[in-house]
Parts: sequence; structure tokens; C-alpha cells
Amino acid sequence: MSILINKDTRVLVQGITGRAGSFHAAQMREYGTQVIGGVTPGRGGTRWEELPVFDTVAEAVRETGATATCIFVPARFGGEAILEAAKAHLSLIVVITEGIPALDMVKVKSWMKGQSPQGVAPVLIGPNGPGLITPGQAKIGIMPGYIHRPGSIGVVSRSGTLTYEAVWQLTQLGLGQSTCVGIGGDTVPGTSFVEILELFERDRETAGIVLIGEIGGTAEEEAAVFIRKHVTKPVVAFVAGATAPREKRMGHAGAVIAQGQGTHASKIQALKGAEVAVAENPASIGQTMLKVMNEQGVRRKLR
Amino acid sequence: MRLLEHQAKKILSSWGIPIPRGAVLSRPNQLTAAFAKKVGRFPLIVKAQVYAGGRGKAGGIVKVADLKKAISAAADLLGKRLVTPQTGPEGVPVKTVLLEQGLTLQKEFYIGILIDRSKGLPMVVAAKEGGVAIEELALENPQAIQTTSFDPLLGLLPFQARQIVNWLGLPSEHREAAVQQLLAFARGFFELDASLVEVNPWALTKELGPVALDAKLTFDDNGLFRHPELSGFKTADADSPSEAKAREIGISYVGLNGSIGCMVNGAGLAMATMDLIKLHGGEPANFLDVGGGADLNQVREAFKLILADGQVRAVLVNIFGGIMKCDLVAQGIIGAAKTMKIKVPLVVRLEGTNVELGRKLLQESGLGFITASDMDEAARKVVEAANP
Repeated sequence: MSILINKDTRVLVQGITGRAGSFHAAQMREYGTQVIGGVTPGRGGTRWEELPVFDTVAEAVRETGATATCIFVPARFGGEAILEAAKAHLSLIVVITEGIPALDMVKVKSWMKGQSPQGVAPVLIGPNGPGLITPGQAKIGIMPGYIHRPGSIGVVSRSGTLTYEAVWQLTQLGLGQSTCVGIGGDTVPGTSFVEILELFERDRETAGIVLIGEIGGTAEEEAAVFIRKHVTKPVVAFVAGATAPREKRMGHAGAVIAQGQGTHASKIQALKGAEVAVAENPASIGQTMLKVMNEQGVRRKLR
Repeated sequence: MRLLEHQAKKILSSWGIPIPRGAVLSRPNQLTAAFAKKVGRFPLIVKAQVYAGGRGKAGGIVKVADLKKAISAAADLLGKRLVTPQTGPEGVPVKTVLLEQGLTLQKEFYIGILIDRSKGLPMVVAAKEGGVAIEELALENPQAIQTTSFDPLLGLLPFQARQIVNWLGLPSEHREAAVQQLLAFARGFFELDASLVEVNPWALTKELGPVALDAKLTFDDNGLFRHPELSGFKTADADSPSEAKAREIGISYVGLNGSIGCMVNGAGLAMATMDLIKLHGGEPANFLDVGGGADLNQVREAFKLILADGQVRAVLVNIFGGIMKCDLVAQGIIGAAKTMKIKVPLVVRLEGTNVELGRKLLQESGLGFITASDMDEAARKVVEAANP
């Protein structure tokens, strides 16, 4: 088991003939992902490698039975590409594109919510993130596959390379991962921590959770509230940006302490209040998880 | 991207919002002519034009009764470094001042339009007290603040604006004008891809009714491609020449006060690297995300930015090469180091694809790189190197 994707997920790539799209489509296939076609307006009827390319997502879905998409289109077309995928009833939309205007995302999310009857809204992962991976089965995104190994730790993060760092630490300590989800570094992510935590909590294969946050917004505080009320599995967290100054955007569009909101201290306080094991040192995220899992193991044996 | 008060007011004025009569000057001797041409009324307010908030308390806003005092106030402010609660002890230089007609204030409010990040919806933040920082008011008197989310596809609706205006308690003869102004703020927020439209205070004046007495506009950098008319402001608000340069070449860079330069790929890892340096007793000199590619050219530009800061005594390069191969990153670092004559110690931590090859290239380069096999070791070594 895993969350959101597995070896049977049938994936389209929007922007498959572009530089990033074609490179990563090839990488995904090499990892074992079932990439079954691509979409590039104006290139319908051609082929990328041996896979069919379509003009529209609707056509691609009709012809291939795809259920997920990975979006690599330029930022100015990103919002529309998401809407096209949602309108074609894909259930998982993964957006790698960086630089989609925040108000485009606000409108896209609002529209998707209005269109979808309760319970069947597509899951939107990203934008501006690495995507997601179920180690040993499939990846939809741009993360290097080899740093992962199958196992029982769920990872959810607002970051890209910092997630690789954490995953690599876990893998080296023998802690494999169930699924790793990069929700992205934007102001308005499609999915936030809470929804992913809920999926990990329900997933039988996931035994522990690593959450990687950063300054800006209140997603970590909301995650803490959810963890306190609903998560029974052990959670380890790291929050980047203890040394970040106020009112300065730290690379990610969403990583900014503005109007006094989104400070490192507030997030750490909230997470500690929810009994999350907070790693102060980014180099010890894996060790912290190992320690927590060992303690849990002891506790379970004692019962 | 931020605008100065006078630039923001010009945009608000184009939305139909009344603003006080005013003129911008960069030298005190321009004041008499500017007054005659654009203001013409007393009393006068002289306001330092800086991006940081908290100007009033810091002496950046001066009310004067005559021209002679206005000239001396402008002379005092221009060229001075203004230290406000938001600037840090070194302050920021005042390059221009805004000379404005002083109005008779009957009541002051706060209006902010921004995205509610937890709901993913735009909202209007309204407060019954204006002229104070909204964060402070939120702590001291939260009942004086009300937020109203609105539908991004429909925009702020007139009934919502009426509810806000009624709640604020504006006198009935000014309510319609106030409603129209609120609708204009919300429309402008969307039209220009703003991330913040803040009018503080939004004041009820005897002379003009509701007026934007101060204004702060911040734009979403990701939306700027739709607004070529704003491109002139793109680097003007950078806090240092290095930040302006970084924006031009597309590298994320934020200057800080420490002695350890950082070059990292990825924003989260870059912040974590700064945090780790601090944990080991050092102070980071900057945030720098060199981006996903990190080719020779980008690495060289990044080194230039870091080394332009005279306080840097050692540099830490932390690259987690995933898709990007470590041997190529190493070649980029070696190439940049060879052509640039880097005089400070350079600690390099590489991880990822072809890492062994990358480390070997660094060691065999004869350029004296200090290498580390993990983040923790790298941070410890760079702190030692910066404080021998």
C-alpha cells in the first residue's frame, strides 16, 4: 500500500515535448511509472518515443484511460493546464511548474471546488514542487529515484532538495518510505499538509511520518492542530528558516514572514504542542525518526 | 516587489481613490517650487519614502506649519539613514521625500486586501483603528479587526463592501463613497496581481471624505509578466546592489549580516543550511538558491554575488545533486574557482548522483577545497574556517 500512486497508476505528461517534460517523462518511465502518453497543443497525432501525443487532455484521457497527469508547461499556462486536467476528470494532478501567479491558483482552486461534487475533487499536488513517489513502484515528478527505498515512512514536504536530503538520511538508516509527497513551495498550494497527513494516517503501510515545513503561512500550525486531534502515528518534523529575516522572500514564493505571520518560532511551538518530535538540526531528521520508531517498537512490544 | 508610498498612491489615484495633494522631491531646494505647483495648501507633511514600515515612530513623518520648516525637515530626512522597528539597527537611506497637504482627520481605519493562505481565498481585512501596525492591533485589540473572504471568480461584491463599511461605522453620508473605494481596492488587487493592497490609515477627512492617507502595494513577482507597465519597479526595491543583481540574473539571493557565504541548490535546503551554520555557532552572510541547473555560468555568477560581500570569510557550497550530476557540479565549481581567484576558504559538500566522481575531481583539482561528506560536517568545517 501507499498513498495516491502505485505501479498501476496511468500517467499523462502535459508538456511532454518540452525540454523538462520529455527529460522527466523518460526518467519516470525508467523508474517504472506507467507513462502512457502526452499532451502538447499543436502536436496531436505525433509520437514521443513510441507514446501517443494529443492536442487536448480530454482526448488523451478518452484514448488512454489515464487517471493522473504531470504538468510541465510554462508558468503562464499553468493555471489553464490544471483546469484542463480537472475538466477531463483526472483524479490526480501533479504540477511541477514554478512561477504560476498566486491569484491564478486561487481562481483554479475555487473553480475546482465549485465544479466538484463532494468527495470527488481531484487531488492537486504542487505547483512548484518535486511531485510524489511511491518507492519501488512509481514516481510522478522530478525527484531522483535511487535515493528512495520502499518502506513504511511517509514523507510530506514544502521543499524539493531538502526532501531529498531527508529521504537520503532515512534510506541510509534503513528506513524506507511508503510515499513521499512534495506539496510545493508556493503561497497557495493545491494540497496542504493536513490532507496528506490524513491519507498517511489511513494508510496501513505507513508507520511513521516525516513533515518538512518552512517559514511563511500557517500550514505547519494547521498540521499541528490536525496531528493533535487525528494522527496516532509518530510524526517527526523539521521547519526550515530559523535564521530567515522577516519580510524577505526566501526563494520559494510562499517562504516569507509577512504581517508578523509565519514565523519559525510559531510553527515549532505548535508542532511541539502536538507532541511532534521536532528535529532542530536538518542533518538529524533521519536519526530523529529512527529514535522515535525504536521507542515506538519498544512500546509496542511492552503492550 | 514593493512600491514606495508615493508610487502606490499614484496607482490608487488611477483607481479613482482620493489621495492628498502632494509632490515628490529628492533635494530640499526643490521644495518651494513643488509646493507652489502641486500642493499649495498648509499645513504640510514631509514623509520619508522608504519601503520599511514604522516610519512615524522613527521620525520619518514630520508635520510642519510653513515652508521654511518644511525645507528644514526635508533637509534633515534626505540623505539620512532612517532606523525603524522593521529596518534593523543600520537603517535605510532616505532618497526621496513626499511633501503632502495635511488634512483634518475625523476617523482613521485600516484596510488590507491579501490572500488568506489557509483558505486559499482573497480577503479584506478591515480595522476600526488605523495608523497602527495591524500585527500590533491584532495582539492588543483583536475585536477591532474583521476579515471578509470573497470569491476570486466573482470579486468582492457590493453587499460585502457595504457590510464592511457599516461595521466600521462610517457616517452615512460617506458610506457610498467608501463602498466604491473598497470595491476599487479589490478590483485593483486582481487586475495588477497584487499580493497586498494596504491602506493604513484609510482616513475620513473633513476636506475630502474617505482618503488613502498612506498606501502599501506589494506585487506577486510571478504575475509580473502580465504587467509590463510595472517592470520599471522590478529591482528598485532591492535592499542591496547584490539583491538587484541577483534578480536580474534570476538567482534567489537575500543578503544577511554574517560572515559565512552560502551557495545551495533549492530554497528549503538553502534555509536549512543557514540554520545549521547558526547551530554550529556561525552566522550566515546570505541566502542563495542557485537553482536546479547549477551550470558553470550560474555557479560563477553565484560566487560573484557571495564574494561581493566584503564580510564573507568563508563559503559553504551545499549541493544535493539529484537529477543534476555531482561530477558536473564539481566541474562548475572548479571552473569558477580557477577563473575567479577565490581568497577565502571554500567548503564543498556534494551528495547525489556520481558523488564519488565529483569529490575526486574536487580533491584532485589542487585548489584547496575543504570537502565534507554530510551537511553537519560541512557546517562545522565552514564555521571553523571562518573563525580560525
